[in-house]
Parts: sequence; structure tokens; C-alpha cells
Amino acid sequence: MDTPSLLISLLVLTACAYYLGRRRSLTLAEPLGGIRHLHSLPFYYGVQAALWCGLPTLLILVLWLIFDEPLITQLVLASLPEEFQSNVGPDYNLLISQIQNVASGALAPDSVEPALASAAEELNRLKGFTQLVLTAITLILAVAGGAWAWHSMSPEQRARAQVEVVFKLALLLCACVAIATTLGIALSVLFESLRFFQSVPISEFIFGLDWSPQTAIRVDQVGGSGSFGMVPLFTGTLLISFIAMTVAVPAGLMSAIYLAEYAGPKLRAFAKPTLEVLAGVPTVVYGFFAALTVAPFVRDVGTGVGLTVSSESALAAGLVMGIMIIPFISSLADDVINAVPQTLRDGSLALGATKSETVTKVIFPAALPGIVGGVLLAVSRAIGETMIVVMAAGMAARLTANPLETVTTVTVQIATLLVGDQEFDSPKTLSAFALGLMLFLVTLMLNMVALKVVKKYREQYD
Amino acid sequence: MTSHSSDDNKKTASSNTALIEKSLARRYRAEKRFQLYGLMAIAFGLLCVAVLFIDIIGKGHGAFRQTYIELEITYDSDVLGLSDVTDAQQIRLADFPALVKQALRSRHGDVTGRKGKRELNALVSSSAAYELQDRLAANPGLLGSTEKLWLPADDDIDTYFKSLRKSGGAFVGRTSERQQAWLQALQESDEIRLQFNWNFFTSGDSREPEQAGIGGAAMGSLLTLILTFLLSFPVGVAAAVYLEEFAPKNRWTDFIEVNINNLAAVPSIIFGLLGLAILINFFNVPRSIPVIGGLVLTLMTLPTIIISSRAAIKSVPPSIREAAIGIGASPMQVVLQHVLPLAMPGMLTGAIIGMAQALGETAPLLMIGMVAFIVDIPGGFTDPATVLPVQIFLWADSPERAFVEKTSAAIMVLLAFLISMNTVAAVLRKRLERRW
Repeated sequence: MDTPSLLISLLVLTACAYYLGRRRSLTLAEPLGGIRHLHSLPFYYGVQAALWCGLPTLLILVLWLIFDEPLITQLVLASLPEEFQSNVGPDYNLLISQIQNVASGALAPDSVEPALASAAEELNRLKGFTQLVLTAITLILAVAGGAWAWHSMSPEQRARAQVEVVFKLALLLCACVAIATTLGIALSVLFESLRFFQSVPISEFIFGLDWSPQTAIRVDQVGGSGSFGMVPLFTGTLLISFIAMTVAVPAGLMSAIYLAEYAGPKLRAFAKPTLEVLAGVPTVVYGFFAALTVAPFVRDVGTGVGLTVSSESALAAGLVMGIMIIPFISSLADDVINAVPQTLRDGSLALGATKSETVTKVIFPAALPGIVGGVLLAVSRAIGETMIVVMAAGMAARLTANPLETVTTVTVQIATLLVGDQEFDSPKTLSAFALGLMLFLVTLMLNMVALKVVKKYREQYD
Repeated sequence: MTSHSSDDNKKTASSNTALIEKSLARRYRAEKRFQLYGLMAIAFGLLCVAVLFIDIIGKGHGAFRQTYIELEITYDSDVLGLSDVTDAQQIRLADFPALVKQALRSRHGDVTGRKGKRELNALVSSSAAYELQDRLAANPGLLGSTEKLWLPADDDIDTYFKSLRKSGGAFVGRTSERQQAWLQALQESDEIRLQFNWNFFTSGDSREPEQAGIGGAAMGSLLTLILTFLLSFPVGVAAAVYLEEFAPKNRWTDFIEVNINNLAAVPSIIFGLLGLAILINFFNVPRSIPVIGGLVLTLMTLPTIIISSRAAIKSVPPSIREAAIGIGASPMQVVLQHVLPLAMPGMLTGAIIGMAQALGETAPLLMIGMVAFIVDIPGGFTDPATVLPVQIFLWADSPERAFVEKTSAAIMVLLAFLISMNTVAAVLRKRLERRW
């Protein structure tokens, strides 16, 4: 049986186990005088039987499917004659895919060397064999589990407690997915980065002032040595983020203050959801807007006043990114401003302060930690933003603070290096993971600090 | 108290009043200014929304209509090089472009020279020949007969013709003067018109703008989203239930919480790196299919769903739990039979918002090969596919002028979906969420 039909038959067996288990509990309860004399409801006996039938089998099945393929490949390779054994790296992958293609019928057996053809036959034989063994093990285990549940069932059995333990474990497992994801991210960027640092020293990567990730295919090629200094990328990222924050922080903060302290209910009911629309617009739309509308506008205005503006200026990308972040800042600021106790406001107004004085001298200092936390979160978003800069900022890594010039960012480089097919042994591809590691670390630190600040501030007034 | 000192007091009082009055005017001016700044900030935000939408709609509304040219097609078996219409092989090999060329030549007979002929043939889209092919295959009786048909125009012609109706001059682009004259003639005899562009919604991607549609990308988005929802909603709810109802207060639980909050703020492109390094390179999941897109987006939306589900569970009052425990329910029964049903509306709204976020996401999908040029509409979870935002990204990169219109129209469709999803979430929240 192939895997999908195996899964379906396992599902059917589990359903049968539930039905039979439930019925058996009813039969057991009959002579005792009804289900009152069972420890748990019949439903739990049914679920218990189903779990016995399905869970161990599913575990075996999943493990088998994960380890099946590499194991078979190793066995097949071991059966090859000596001259193929020493292959490593890309040749090795080529060899495997050649054998697999012959085995699946995509390549004619007589078009490759006879040793490979026989290896393909071996592969097919092993695959058929393991599938057969797997089918047998799955079915036997499922039936055995169900039978065990049937056999051991008794009115005194604490079926509900047992089922609930399994459920609780499942819930815990789901909660741990978050940890697994973080771990996965850390490991994936870390391992590839370590491989990258073997070919490019880490000090050169962090302090290098030159970024041109082209590596030579041939040794005698001109200008293809490749240099991997991330400083221009980070300055570019910071430049664009800085422009974005100079747009977003005043606009977001002031609109939040106005909406919270001054605006009437009508204006609030209209302006708040309308501004929130900006938060729901996908970043690719902002990118399109930046590249086709804002960038030409900025360039035209610049040429109008006699400045030379690049058509992919940092200013255009930064402006649009700022627009994107406005609702983010304003909703966070709204939260913290509303969390400031009304008594502070009343006290200040009673002393004769005007509303704006209350806001700037009382509310703002009280809300400052929360606002700082929100701004830090916004900075981390700006640094990690990808689509706007991919579409509207340039590719040239330039060390400049002039917002009218083209700069590139960390995310742009990651995206351009990894779109399409990659070979995973060139420093060019691996450098994207090293950049990813840096990006992850920087945003992680910003987030940690921001979340801590926000949390501490919340506790203050709770 | 002497009169002298009271006089003195009066004096300081009056000078104080003068001071205060002076400063009061200044303070009121500052107050006005502050209010003005606030209003300006809001006006700026609203202006951005307005400009964004007007810009996109202004650029994209044209794509919903397409230029069609009426031609008199004669299904001539000699031109086609076809003897038996029922033979599928012959239909496939028959020269249908020649039919279109012949029809164009008979309409504008005065064309000489290779350049002129090329310009004439460029009036009609290359997809016209396929349309004729399908038509003849469906009604073999047409062979030898003549009929008038509306055939789609080429994208350059389409762009030019649409720009004719706008103020501010026509966009000539790559159309030649001769082509413009032909179009003028066609327009005068009502043989060219705009008609609703169904093709845009049903067909897949194409290198020819007039044939490109969002059907394939929309289907890819749907498949990816279904998978994302099926994976992230149960796992997210289960994790939220564990953290809110069962987790002991210890370091491990704190660690999970910190992790979730941080993951919610990790840049989305990092999830693309995760998908590439772990799922594709380590677990050998194939690229470009909805399965891998769904997996990556699941990991990305999971924190959002967990956080909103926890808020929903928190809002169920403890009295419900205590009542259920009081009549003998186990903690698990309390959760499954009482807390979860009551928290469900809040969880669903959170899930819809998470799905809207996943629908608009582009960056991580670029890493896992969903940027491939895919013409076919995906039919299942393991067919190569792309998604709407990625399609927008691809079209935005295309040099053809007509793709600007297509891109904006695709953005309009995407925004319509997103806004309606968010509205549904808002309405659901208002309708279903109970205040205790």
C-alpha cells in the first residue's frame, strides 16, 4: 500500500477501535447495572481504544517515513562498486539523482553506466520491500493496539484520566511548536553561517566596508573575487529605517494623542479605522506604490529644485515605509496613553494646566516607557521589512548618508541572493544566511528590550 | 496690617495678573498649535490612505476591460492546411495564426512590405489563434464558413486605445503611426471596442500582458491559505489552551511565552530562511508548492493566533469554570465543553486576522521558490503554484507597460479580499463576542 492509503486505512481502523471500545464498555456495564458503574463515560473508553490503536502506529509511521529515504539511499550507495564510492559534494548529489531518475523511469536504464542501472534496480527493490514491511507493521500494530485496549478494558479502569493525560501532552506539544520554530530559525541561520565563516573570516564580514557578493566561476575571471563586508548594508538599512521613523513617529504619535485627547466621537469613529487600513495593506502593495508613484515624484521634485536624485532613492523607500509604520505606532501609543490613569490627567487640569501642557508635561512622561517600547518594536519592523526595499531601493551597496542616493539593505540582499535556484556550497548563497543571522540577532535584541520595557510599564499602573 | 503693605500686595497682584494674562495668551497659542499638529498628523495619515487608493485604482481600473477587434474570419481549409476537422492531431498542427493574418489583410488590404505586415499582424493578440482553434475543435461544421468574431487586441494596442479616451494625450508606446491610423479607421467603423475582461480572473500567468490573469495565483493563494488555516488554527488554539488553562507557572512556561512574543516580531523574511534551510534542504520538501508555502505561513501566523486565542480564553469569566468544576467536570471537560465554545468567536476573529496577514505576505515565499513563472492553474496541494502577492511582485518587475495596469488591478483584487476579511472579523467580533 502507498502512504496515503495506509493513512486512510489507519484512520478507518481507529474509527473502528473507537466504536468497538465504546460498545465493549457498554457490554461490560450491562451486568453491573448501567454505565453508572463504570469509572468513566463510555465515550472515554472508546477514545482510549482509538488512541491505543492509532497513536503508537502513527508514531512509527512518521518516524519510518522520515528515516526511510536516506537509509535506502545509503544502502544503495554502499552496494555500488569502488570507483563510485569516493564521490562527495555535488558529484555525489548528481549520482543520487541519476539513480533516482533511472529508478522512477525518467531516464532509460541503458543510457547510464550498468553499475548505476543495477543500483537503480536495487533501489526499486528496496523501496518495494520497505513499503511492504511498513504496511505489515502498521496494520499489525494498529490491530494489536486495539486488541490490547479491548482486552484490558474493565469497569474500574480510569479511562478518562488516561485519555486526558494524552490530551494534555498533545496540548503541551502544540505549545512547544513556538520553541521548535525559534530553535529551527536559530539552527538554520547558525549552521549555514558557520559554513560561510569558514570561507570568509567573521571579522571581515562584520567590519568590511565593501559588499559585492559575486564570486568567480573561473579562476581567471576579472573582478569576481567577491567581498563580503556588511557595513554598507547595515548603514543602508539604518538610513532607510531612520527616514521611516522620522515620518512615522511624529505622525503616529501626534495622531494617537489627538484621537485620544481631543477628537470628538465622530472624528474618532472615522479616522481610527481609516488609519488602520494602512496596517492591513500588504507590503508588496507599498513596494509597488513606492517604486511607481513615490520614487518618480521624489525624483521630479528633486530635479525641480536642482538636486540630482536617484530614481531608486533611499528617501522614497523610507517615506513609504514610514507611512506603513504610522498605524503601528499610533495604535501602540493609543494603548499606552489610555493606560495612563485618569487621575493624573484630572490633577494636572485642576492645577490650571492647558490640555496640551497636560499631554506634554504629565501624560507623555508617564507614557514614555511604553512609547519607547513601541518605537523600538517599530524600528525592528522597519529593519526587517523586505518587500518595500526590494521593489523601491536599489541593489548597489554604497556607504552613504545621503538620502537622495541609492542604498541597499540587508533584507534586499538576502532576498536577491536566495531567489531562484541556489547552490549551497558557494559563499555567495551562504552569505545570505550570515546576513539573516545578523538580522535575527538585531531584531531579537530590539524585541526583547522593547517587550521588557512595555511589560514593566504595564505593571506600573495595573 | 498696614495700608502700605496691602497696597504693596495689590501692586504685586496686579503685576502678577498682567504676567499671567501675558503668559496665558502664549499658552493658549501653544495649545492651538499643539491641536493643529495633531490635526495635521491625522490629515497626513488620511491623505496617505487616499493617495494610495486613488493611485492604485486610477492605474488599475482599466485592466478590468480589454480591447477587442472585430474580424471576419474565414475558416479556409487551404490556409489552415487541414483536411479532416475531427482529427485532433491535425487541429493541433493547423496554421490558425494564418487565419488571423488573412482576415487582417482582407480588412486592411493596402499593406505592403515585411514591416507593414508585421505591424498589421501585431494588432491582434497571439491568443486569438488559440481561440479560433478551440472554436473550430468544438464546432467542426464551421470549416469553410465565414463569421464575424471579436478577438483580443495586442497589449500595446490595448494600452494605446485605452489612453485615447483619457485626457492628457494618448500613450503611443510601441505603436507605429500606421497602426494608429488603422485603429482610427476601426474606431470609426465600430470594429474596435472595450469589453469586460473575464480572462483576467480565469487564466494563469503569461508573458503576454493581454493573456495574463490572476486565476492561477488566486487558486494558489486559496490552496496555501486552506493549508495554513488547517495547520495553524488547531495548533494555535491548543497552545493557547495549554498556556492559559494548564501550564504551571514556572520557568519553562515563561520561556514559551517569551518565545511566542518574540516570534510575533521576527521579520517575515527570516521564516523564509527557515523554510529554505530546514524544510527544503533538510526534509526535502519540494519547492514552489502550496504545501511548503502553507507550512512556512503556518509558522509565521502561529504567534498571532496564539496571542489572540489567549485573549479570547482570558475573557471567559472564571465563574463559568467554577460552576462546571462545581458540578463535577474534570479540568479537561471544563475547557473542552465550556471555555472553548465560549471563546470560539474571539478565536475565529483572531484566526481571520492571521489569515489576512498570511494572504498578504510575500517575502518568505520568495525564498521557497513560489516566484516561479507558472502558467497552469494549480489543481492540488502538490502542484507548482504562486500566490497573489508574489504575482503582483512578478508583474511589477515586468517591463511591459500593460503590466502596470494588470499589477494595479491584481492589487485591487487582493485589497478587496483583505478588507472584506478584516471587515468580517470586525463584524464577527461585534456580533458574537459576549460582554460578561
